[in-house]
Amino acid sequence: MVNYISCFIIILFFTTKGIQQQKAPETGKELYQKYCLTCHQGDGGGVPYTFPSLIKSSWVNGDKTRLIKIVLNGLQGEIAVEDDTFNGVMPPQNNLTDLQIATLLTFIRQNFENKSSEITPDEVKTIRDTQKPK
Amino acid sequence: MKALSILKLHGTKISLFAGLVILLLLFVNYSDLLVRFNTTDTSLVLPKGFSAVVVADSIGQGRHIAVNSNGDIYVSLARLKNGNGIAAIRDVNMNGKADIIKYFGTLPGTGIGIYNGYLYFSSDTSVMRYKLIPGELLPNLKPEVIASGFKINRQHGAKSFTIDQQGNLYVNVGAPSNACQDPDRTLHTAGQKPCPLLKEFGGIWKFNANKTGQVQMKDGRRFVTGLRNCVALRWNPIVNHLYAVQHGRDQLHEFWPEYFTEDQGVSQPAEEFFQLNEGKNYGWPYTYYDYAKNMKMMAPEYGGDGKIADVTNSQLPIMAFPAHYAPNDLLFYTADQFPARYKNGAFIAFHGSWNRAPQEQKGYNVVFVPFKKDLPSGKWEVFADNFAGVSKIMSPRDALHRPCGLAQGPDGSLYVVEDIQGKIWKITYH
Repeated sequence: MVNYISCFIIILFFTTKGIQQQKAPETGKELYQKYCLTCHQGDGGGVPYTFPSLIKSSWVNGDKTRLIKIVLNGLQGEIAVEDDTFNGVMPPQNNLTDLQIATLLTFIRQNFENKSSEITPDEVKTIRDTQKPK
Repeated sequence: MKALSILKLHGTKISLFAGLVILLLLFVNYSDLLVRFNTTDTSLVLPKGFSAVVVADSIGQGRHIAVNSNGDIYVSLARLKNGNGIAAIRDVNMNGKADIIKYFGTLPGTGIGIYNGYLYFSSDTSVMRYKLIPGELLPNLKPEVIASGFKINRQHGAKSFTIDQQGNLYVNVGAPSNACQDPDRTLHTAGQKPCPLLKEFGGIWKFNANKTGQVQMKDGRRFVTGLRNCVALRWNPIVNHLYAVQHGRDQLHEFWPEYFTEDQGVSQPAEEFFQLNEGKNYGWPYTYYDYAKNMKMMAPEYGGDGKIADVTNSQLPIMAFPAHYAPNDLLFYTADQFPARYKNGAFIAFHGSWNRAPQEQKGYNVVFVPFKKDLPSGKWEVFADNFAGVSKIMSPRDALHRPCGLAQGPDGSLYVVEDIQGKIWKITYH
């Protein structure tokens, strides 16, 4: 009888431990803080002449494909952002999952004075797949 | 009638007062008073006895600054202003304020300096010089190219330079990289071994300042290697050595969170102040300097974990500054206007951090390091502060001004230029 109870307790322990270890899904804010904040800064305003602002940005609110590709592939070369130009280097973030990128971009598109639709993991997956070498 | 009686009553006092006013007008240097009370800029925090005058307010994205022996000022601009990359300023009535501001040059850039009757200037891809015309503010507007062939570099591209008394031109060739990862700035990517960038970047290249048409990889000589980006670069004519303050690498925590907490990423690595001696290796990208431990460490891209010390035997700094302060200019003070303790010491302009986010940003000041012969003789101290205009800087955008360039005037005043809008201060000691 004791053996059965011990077994039960042991099983219960590992099951609940397993549930505890399952993390809550990352929020867009958490993802932004982890992967974007260092350069684009806490207020999304970027760094003058160095990293573009995300605030009320046509790059953020505009074409979804272009935006997803920036996160997947990074971005180099001269770009115009509102009435300023930048000529820096943004590293690729392709180690993030489709869900992470979708959550992150949705957060950016709905914060920092941006008001745009969400981006879905499927949309990210589609673009990532089209980029894969055949 | 009333007036007459008042005069009769207070006659002596009135005439005495009038006499005093006349004396004041005759003997006090009126323009000096104007400088102090009307145009003195009280926004900078300076040590006792020092004050600042605003020379000019918004000349453009001012980077480095040079002051001629006749007081004319030249400033390099990081972005073209009305199509020009160099501002020329003249203070006609010697009250410290700019009276004439002219622009010339067609390229933006950082390096600027006066040598042997020429104004030298560098874009991100070449160093050129303009012949100065005695008495004229503007030089001959046709520049000669002294050194070119520097590859376009999207990060750390500023080709700041300095020239020694023998006519050697030393140029900062920053590395187009954070820590030689490929791809750059990514999580857990190892550094390239050996780092191929060191062949053409990541060091100081030496040229002949008096010879036109030189090309980096053909005529230039790599003077030292292992430097990430030294915008603050200066020949010290008192002790005949080259010195630089390096921009240390970023994002230890972002790319190696298992070794560096957010706090450690914010407070590491140190900005290193080097005495640069020919042929030596200063450690980038294989190492970084730990500000807390005062030790040179292996970079995590090359096997480091925050605890392993440098095994490459690279050169140590002569002083270390807090992380991410972003040193953008270095100046050795050789004049006699400031108190004796400043003589032969070093001023450093710290542009200010971005990499301390999400914590408070730091730097945004000018510091002083006392020197004895060729080495620091004491701790560094903040000399000029409150360029940012706010007490807490969370993002570089919060800062009104970011100090970028330093120059010594012919009267021994210290000039500071900043690169958000191009404000120039002249700091004097009374």
